[in-house]
Amino acid sequence: MSLQIKGLTKLYDQQRAVNNISVEIGKGEIVGFLGPNGAGKSTTMKIATGYIPPTEGQVIVGGFDVVETPMQVKMITGYLPEHNPLYLDLFVHEYLYFVGKVYGWKGDRLKSRVGEVVEMCGLTREQNKKIEALSKGYRQRVGLAQALIHDPAVLILDEPTSGLDPNQLVEIRKLISEVSKNKTVIFSTHIMQEVHALCDRVVVINKGEIVADDSLESLLKRNKTNSVVVEFSSPLSVALLASLPGVKDVQNTASSTYRIISEDHVDIRPEVFRLAADRNLSLVGLKQEESSLESIFQSLTNETVVQH
Amino acid sequence: MIQVLSKEFNSFLNSLIAYVVMGVFLTAVGLLVWVFPETSVLDYGYADMDTLFSFGPYIFIFLVPAITMRSFAEEKKAGTMELLMTKPLTDWDILLGKFLASFLLVLLALVPTLIYYVSIYQLGNPVGNIDTAGVAGSYIGLTLLGSVFCAIGILASSLTRNQIVAFIVAAFLCFLFFSGFESLASLSVWSSYTLQIKQLGMLYHYDSLSKGLIDSRDVIYFLSVIFLLLSGTKLILGSRQW
Repeated sequence: MSLQIKGLTKLYDQQRAVNNISVEIGKGEIVGFLGPNGAGKSTTMKIATGYIPPTEGQVIVGGFDVVETPMQVKMITGYLPEHNPLYLDLFVHEYLYFVGKVYGWKGDRLKSRVGEVVEMCGLTREQNKKIEALSKGYRQRVGLAQALIHDPAVLILDEPTSGLDPNQLVEIRKLISEVSKNKTVIFSTHIMQEVHALCDRVVVINKGEIVADDSLESLLKRNKTNSVVVEFSSPLSVALLASLPGVKDVQNTASSTYRIISEDHVDIRPEVFRLAADRNLSLVGLKQEESSLESIFQSLTNETVVQH
Repeated sequence: MIQVLSKEFNSFLNSLIAYVVMGVFLTAVGLLVWVFPETSVLDYGYADMDTLFSFGPYIFIFLVPAITMRSFAEEKKAGTMELLMTKPLTDWDILLGKFLASFLLVLLALVPTLIYYVSIYQLGNPVGNIDTAGVAGSYIGLTLLGSVFCAIGILASSLTRNQIVAFIVAAFLCFLFFSGFESLASLSVWSSYTLQIKQLGMLYHYDSLSKGLIDSRDVIYFLSVIFLLLSGTKLILGSRQW
């Protein structure tokens, strides 16, 4: 099932939470929806799941328009809302039965499906506990289990890993990549590594607009900086390094460490090595700088990002 | 709708709510009908159940809002509203499920009072000297009254995410609809419209049913009030602005 977002706009009073965005996600594709907090990720997801109506534009899930045929869309969509709301006073299996029944499953079919999902999400030992007794990681699993109970073709996960500790983070990511086989999955996050761990394609959204829609690889390539960090055993003059062919800029970052920014498609490293050899300088470090995921995120969204 | 209904009703039974509501209702009514000398049927001299039917509504004014106050307010606060509304359930499914679950609990609290009828029937002199038609009409009236109170409570709960606000608004509206119009009608400002104002309130129709005559106008009055209140709730839910 594919998911199409066409010219979607959402106004909260006068504020544009989402501004004319269009994305098409093919069948079986996993897409990361990336952006800083308040960029419009959750709003887009809430519209796509039929929770709030769009101001303009449409969302089509598996051929059904969300506004015109919400029931059909809801039947084929599994949704994990932000902050993972749950009925804390219910038992895990009781809750899953309730959600299953809402989707019209019953009898043995529902029973075996609940068993399946419980096992898939690693809840076997926890299924007879009340949800309020579970840790955050397990609650997240319950949230995922309820989104999966009716075997939906489309899975929409709003920040599925926020607030988890590093171990839980890895486990939940693994779980998501396991359950998302043969499903169209769209998940939101503000952590670049998450996208890297789960999928190839990333849609970056900032202030309600799409600023990038590409594979992670080409984003990395596109934002590649031609900079090399060199370290000598003793300081030398910046002018000397600047005189090398193809050098655009040299910065003295530490006492005897320099960042050399070269022109595009020029590998400056052999030149630096030759210079050191000619002048009899001891070269103790030479490293090509890769543009980090964070720096891409920052350059695209132009906001400071919290390191995770 | 059935799924929401059974989940809601189960959560009443699994929490203290159901037992507290039934316990308080039956204790209060039991004391009034059998123990307190001013209202006790034993000292009254007539074999009837007026005490239950005249005090019942006032107990309901406090109890029913307590049952319904959490229905939407809690879901909104916990964020589970988003969960429900992104499931293949219509707004009517959700709201009727919740309404009927509360109504069922009210009925459940009312059922044990049928024993009073049996007791008073036996205590009559001669045995069976009780206005059965009047009692039946009153039960129908009290049931309809309870369901209107449930609808008011659900509406109040959909207005806010604060349960206490929901409770107070609901209790006030229940009081206004039940006897408030009666009191308003007694003001001399609109003396020429007294009857019309009285007819807006529930007490007028409730009294009329208590006489044992099931007038379709009274029943239709209650049913239309319920329908209006639930439609109002539907509008509030549909706006998605709470």
